[in-house]
Amino acid sequence: MLSRTAAALYWLGRYLERADFIARLVEATIRLDALSARPAGDAAWQSALAVTYTDQAFAATGQEPTQAHVARFLALDDGHPGSIVRCLEMARNNARAVRTALTREAWTAINRAWLLFQNRQTIGGATATLNLLEQVKGETRGFEGAIHRMMRNEATLLIQLGAAIERADNTARLVDVKYHLLLPQDERIGGVVDRDQWNTILQTVSAVNAYRWLYDDGLQPANVIDLLISRAELPRSLAACVEEVVALLNALAKRTGLQGEADRMARARLARMQKTRTHDAIVSGLHEHLEAFVRENALLDGAIARQFRFI
Amino acid sequence: MAARGAFDEIWGHGGPDSPRAEFAALSRWLAETDAAELQRRQQSAEAAFRQLGITFAVYGDSDAAERIIPFDIVPRVFLAGEWARLSEGLVQRVEAINAFLEDIYGARRILREGVIPPELIYLNAQFRAEVDGVRPPHGVWAHICGIDLVRTGPDQFYVLEDNARTPSGVSYMLENREAMIRLCPELFRDFRVAPVDSYPDMLLKTMQSVAPGGNPRPVCVVLTPGHFNSAYYEHSFLADSMGVELVEAADLVVDDDVVWMQTIAGRVKVDVIYRRIDDDFLDPLVFRPDSMLGVPGIMAAYRAGNVAILNAPGNGIADDKAIYSYMPEIVRFYSGGEARLPNVETWRCREPDALNYVLANLPELVVKLVDGSGGYGMLVGPTATRAEIAAFRAALVAEPHRYIAQPTLALSTVPTLAEQGLAPRHVDFRPFVLTGSDGVRVAPGGLTRVALREGSLVVNSSQGGGTKDSFVLLDDGA
Amino acid sequence: MRIAIEHRTTYRFSEPQARIVQMLRLTPCDTQDQTVVSWLVGVDRDARLRDTGDGFGNMVTMLYAEGPIEALDITVTGEVLTSEASGVVRGALEPLPPLFYLRGTARTEASDALFVFAADSAGTADDTLERLHAFNAALHRRFPCVPDLPDAGCTASRAFETGGKVSSRDVAQMFIAGARGLMVPARYASGYRAEDAARSAPHAWAEAHVEGLGWVGFDPSTGLSPDESYVRVAIGLDASGAAATGGMRIGHGQEQLAVDLHVDRLGGEE
Repeated sequence: MLSRTAAALYWLGRYLERADFIARLVEATIRLDALSARPAGDAAWQSALAVTYTDQAFAATGQEPTQAHVARFLALDDGHPGSIVRCLEMARNNARAVRTALTREAWTAINRAWLLFQNRQTIGGATATLNLLEQVKGETRGFEGAIHRMMRNEATLLIQLGAAIERADNTARLVDVKYHLLLPQDERIGGVVDRDQWNTILQTVSAVNAYRWLYDDGLQPANVIDLLISRAELPRSLAACVEEVVALLNALAKRTGLQGEADRMARARLARMQKTRTHDAIVSGLHEHLEAFVRENALLDGAIARQFRFI
Repeated sequence: MAARGAFDEIWGHGGPDSPRAEFAALSRWLAETDAAELQRRQQSAEAAFRQLGITFAVYGDSDAAERIIPFDIVPRVFLAGEWARLSEGLVQRVEAINAFLEDIYGARRILREGVIPPELIYLNAQFRAEVDGVRPPHGVWAHICGIDLVRTGPDQFYVLEDNARTPSGVSYMLENREAMIRLCPELFRDFRVAPVDSYPDMLLKTMQSVAPGGNPRPVCVVLTPGHFNSAYYEHSFLADSMGVELVEAADLVVDDDVVWMQTIAGRVKVDVIYRRIDDDFLDPLVFRPDSMLGVPGIMAAYRAGNVAILNAPGNGIADDKAIYSYMPEIVRFYSGGEARLPNVETWRCREPDALNYVLANLPELVVKLVDGSGGYGMLVGPTATRAEIAAFRAALVAEPHRYIAQPTLALSTVPTLAEQGLAPRHVDFRPFVLTGSDGVRVAPGGLTRVALREGSLVVNSSQGGGTKDSFVLLDDGA
Repeated sequence: MRIAIEHRTTYRFSEPQARIVQMLRLTPCDTQDQTVVSWLVGVDRDARLRDTGDGFGNMVTMLYAEGPIEALDITVTGEVLTSEASGVVRGALEPLPPLFYLRGTARTEASDALFVFAADSAGTADDTLERLHAFNAALHRRFPCVPDLPDAGCTASRAFETGGKVSSRDVAQMFIAGARGLMVPARYASGYRAEDAARSAPHAWAEAHVEGLGWVGFDPSTGLSPDESYVRVAIGLDASGAAATGGMRIGHGQEQLAVDLHVDRLGGEE
């Protein structure tokens, strides 16, 4: 397989995953801010910007961080790389460049998601926005389904690898920002928390039901963090992503005979993760723990690029 | 110009009620199949093309809308005997083109013997001094040729244009056939049509046959400018159906005069490149330095004989419109016999007598820019307005060397599905001729382009032209 | 004349480059009046060098180097023996006929002003050689002091009309544009000229084809024809076509180019 093709597939996976994540983040934030009994206000939107690394880009626009502004900025603004529309466009460009590696079903899902945003200038009110986001999620789900029906070859594995690396980054960032926001320095874990806020996090990673199944002592921040970091049963948890990356690299190695730096890094990360307990991570500094995770994830991304000789 | 008097390839000169004797059966199919049914099948074919993304971007169209080329459901049919005679002419012409290129970049016998004015070669931008003295692997230059033909009678074919650089359109030959087999299976049951689906195999064999050093398992690739190119579909289609990599310039590196492609498992040596980018963009070190589409060093690898490039760089000199008018002399010079496929009579406006004739007869002539393409920069005298003729007259007087003129031929027609049912529409034809180290082969089919507007002679897809499937029969009747 | 040349081209990159492909026209050919005694193209790092040609009769060296490359030094050292020939080029490899060199290029298209200047200064003599010498001398009078400078990509007509910082390259291109306008085949020549001063670029002049005599050199920077102090390295339709180095690099960042050139006379003919 051409290195450029491999890179395009990997990035296709990353961009679509990111688009899907931003869609769910905006959706959950709207629920928190506009639909809940106690509006969370600008702070909720400010944190959505921080999660997607777009706080500075947004500040540069000089707009107030209200729902209307931020939702539009994160969904429609093609002037920065952290918007859904840009992610979909990048995903589509990558897909076009490797069309022969995709099935028609996979391609049309991307194309339809991209078409949702063509010639759309305004985001509309909360309901209209939720509808649009629902459609985006529908198409990305359709793409994932199409990928599962594709041949289990290098192409499929590389798309999934990109998605897993992206997902790990997204979840770590989400937990980091929200935890920081919800627990000021002087407050102890287990204190009075805003149920809505923690629910938002679970919604963003589609884990509301999973939480209920796995924990029976009500909504506890420590449990939420444990779920998102350590419970491999949840596909968007860090543990699941870390396991998946190892498995995907392993499957790629079987098909291509290529094993290297990326495999070693991914396996070392998995071994360390299995030894770390969430409670210890929280006690010794969750922020530092997550920051290190994000950094290592970026290093792994670089190792993958070198191992598969992306151009 | 009206279709009146033109030869219809199925109906002859008589119209639907008195078809050519050889086409009695096909003519019956046309008469008996309901027009609405044909319409339905045609729409179904076009819908399939759109979904597949067989689209093209119109020249000079800034919004670069992705359009499909209209498809006509009525096939154009060649009888076995007609095709055999036509093929002989095509092989002769393509052999002459290859011999001409070999000579021009080598011994230049044709210039020494005074057959072509030397300034037509040396002062022509298409003559690439950069490949002078370089002989491509196995001495093959024009591996893939598309020869544009028009027809005025059963065996009267004329060459309108040679395409020896990167002729496109072969994906239409294949996709149109797929659509016809799906939509009109009865035709393939009732008539014996030569299959075209072996074209990708023919092309791959052609590529393999010219690998440097006779490597039996050469690595072949298709080089595309990228997915923004209007013919990207065809590039990916060909790569896919041959089972070879579709590469962009960034996938290739030249090291030590060898071309490599960069794969996830490391570098793989490339032996044969079917490139779909122009000479100008091939190598920024040798041609246009601003080219982002090219591979730096690829010409050094080519010069060293380490890679075959299809078609060979420098081929533009063979299909240049200024050279075209000398093709009968070129064919005679290299084949020793008269050209079986004549040229359309051509006046070279650079010659004063010819210019005078052209200026005096503009309303009857077709005038073309020597360096134009896609039907732009073209005057069709009989259908032009007075203002258009006046504008061309001024342009001709100002820069006569840029123009050639030809008579308006009574181009043949083929029944075509129009709004009011079947009607004759003018067509041209582009067969594809492959040359490998083991000889010249004509693909049994081609691209028929049809001018969908009544009376129109302009078949270019950018100006309202469509396509038809082209049947080559294995018998002499249908 | 025995001439020693040391020509060093140094590239410095602000960021390491992944790979570099260069096409070098740095090697002179033997002619009847120019014998290359020794010649060496060297690079200061692991690289692959391959000799080839370019269709114009020039010797070309391809250079391939793998990164990371922060700097690249190409050094040419050599010794050439020359004899006086009044500028006439004899015994050079000529794959293309003179007619080819009537072909215009973007950099050597004569504007009206340049064409009029060429026609006026060439005069009406029947003898082509005489007219070309007159044109050459007139160009020198108009641009009396032209140094050898790195190529700025200027066209002949723009350099002619704006004056400014005109180099030997520019006047050579002006001569070519003018000569072609007068229907005389002309081409660009680049090489070295034995002088005391250190230089930052090779020297440039022109050659025109005179019926009966062949290719004759004209150097508008002196107003004369090249003499035995010239070493002829490469020819082309214009300055770009005869460029000493040209290349592509894969990598980000800026590039700095420095040329250090010494041409020394080693003594008279032996």
